[in-house]
Amino acid sequence: MGTINVSRKYTLAQKIYLYYIIKGMLINLKRFFRGLFLQENWTIQYPEQRREYSQRFRGAHFISVDKNKTENCTACFLCETVCPAECIHIIAEERPEDENTYGVWKEKKPASFDIDLLRCCFCGFCEEACPKDAIKLSRDYEMSVATRDEAIFDLNHLKREVKGRG
Amino acid sequence: MDPVIFTTTAIIAKILVLLGVTLGVVPIMVWFERRGAGWFQGRPGPNRVGPFGLLQPLADVIKFFFKEDWVPANANKFYYLMAPVIALVAPLAAISVIPFGSHIIIGDHVVHLQLANIDSGVIFILAFAGLEVYPVILAGWASNNKYSTLGALRGSAQVVSYEISMGLALLSMLLFYGTFNMNEMVTWQSQSLLGPIPSWGAFLNPFAALVFWISIFAETNRLPFDLPEGESEIVAGYHLEYGAFKFAAFFMAEYCAMIMASALLVTVFFGGYGFLPGMQMLLEMATAQFGLAEVGIQNVTALLQFISLASKVAFIMFVFVWVRWSLPRFRFDQLMDLGWKWLFPLSLVNLVYSALLTWYMN
Ligand code: SF4
Ligand code: SF4
Repeated sequence: MGTINVSRKYTLAQKIYLYYIIKGMLINLKRFFRGLFLQENWTIQYPEQRREYSQRFRGAHFISVDKNKTENCTACFLCETVCPAECIHIIAEERPEDENTYGVWKEKKPASFDIDLLRCCFCGFCEEACPKDAIKLSRDYEMSVATRDEAIFDLNHLKREVKGRG
Repeated sequence: MDPVIFTTTAIIAKILVLLGVTLGVVPIMVWFERRGAGWFQGRPGPNRVGPFGLLQPLADVIKFFFKEDWVPANANKFYYLMAPVIALVAPLAAISVIPFGSHIIIGDHVVHLQLANIDSGVIFILAFAGLEVYPVILAGWASNNKYSTLGALRGSAQVVSYEISMGLALLSMLLFYGTFNMNEMVTWQSQSLLGPIPSWGAFLNPFAALVFWISIFAETNRLPFDLPEGESEIVAGYHLEYGAFKFAAFFMAEYCAMIMASALLVTVFFGGYGFLPGMQMLLEMATAQFGLAEVGIQNVTALLQFISLASKVAFIMFVFVWVRWSLPRFRFDQLMDLGWKWLFPLSLVNLVYSALLTWYMN
């Protein structure tokens, strides 16, 4: 019942297979010699060679910091609210006055800021929601970890220096 | 030297050489299969372990060695353990009747470069090639797993159906050669057909060669006929429950079977150890260069014959890999269709043709 028979007209040569098999094999032989002698590869040697990804690539998160390495985040919870995967967990606290060197009064700061990368879907909503341009997605796509705990980025890790964007 | 001791030593040496060459070719083939797959598909293939990735098979062996040696609880232990052994032994035993050179002369002894020059060589080979179904059935059935059993059923159905056309193709060649002895076959094929063209089986009866060639693909369970395995349907098929070294044994057995089948194909259809074009010139050059006497000429001839056989087998092995990475696999009904509706009747017709041709030639 579920089968649909698509009837095709085959020529005699196609029915005998052999001619087309040999033809196809000769094409593949050409490929073989090109691979062997010209090293013609469609793949790259990954750790040594890297593919150039788009400028808009959304990779591992980071939190931007100012000159004094103070995070720009004010623990407004917008990112935690917007996150469709519910993978951002923030605990807020009051920010000591001496951390505001530029006279910009940021009353709150995150006491802890965890992102569970195993849940994150890299939609970038957190970046869009952030009023302080604090949380951002870098172009770093190498996020493999050995344990689940390592996949949870804490504030310290998020404040790492990220090149190329920020 | 005492002739008995000499003969014994010679036989042991021949066994060692045969085993060494066959088992030594396996890792090279494994490497070539994987690296070659890369070249066919436009990627470098395994190139990290050792120069050109040549040590990759070694890494594989070490990996297999340290894996857990595990037997499924409800398996029939005896048959389960026996299957890989048979798989490995059958092709190795069959290789013993393949002549890999005429003879060499050491002192005043003549050593024939064939482990067992028996008159029923072809029957012997067919018997051991037929034995290759057993590990498939045994492994599938003994591991007590539905996937394995299905794989074994498919494998045995396939091997049995292709064995018929393979046997008929071989039979048609036996009509030409009029002998079961592999060595005499090779000698027969070295006579001239048309000027410099030797009377190889493949020239006399190209159709039988083709049928035989297709059949050995099915016999050795290689693509495009690798139905006993099938990742998408029955996982690894009959060797699904095999791990560690038992799997490695199956893996090696596949390559040994390929070597055996290629050697058989070459011996019956491509002139066996008969010289490749240009070898005769090489021999004359060597004779003139080193001023060889009769003994020396014979020994150099044997060496060149061995090289001829090895290069022919190497070419067939290359075709195995080439076909594997070029053709998609057959569906099971298509496979049976090809085996029973095409190859079987056509090889019957071919048998009649060969009989008539032989009758006419005599
Ligand atoms: S990228 Fe999307 S899923 Fe990931 S933390 Fe930001 S909002 Fe949540
Ligand atoms: S990262 Fe931005 S959006 Fe999230 S809490 Fe901090 S300031 Fe608010």
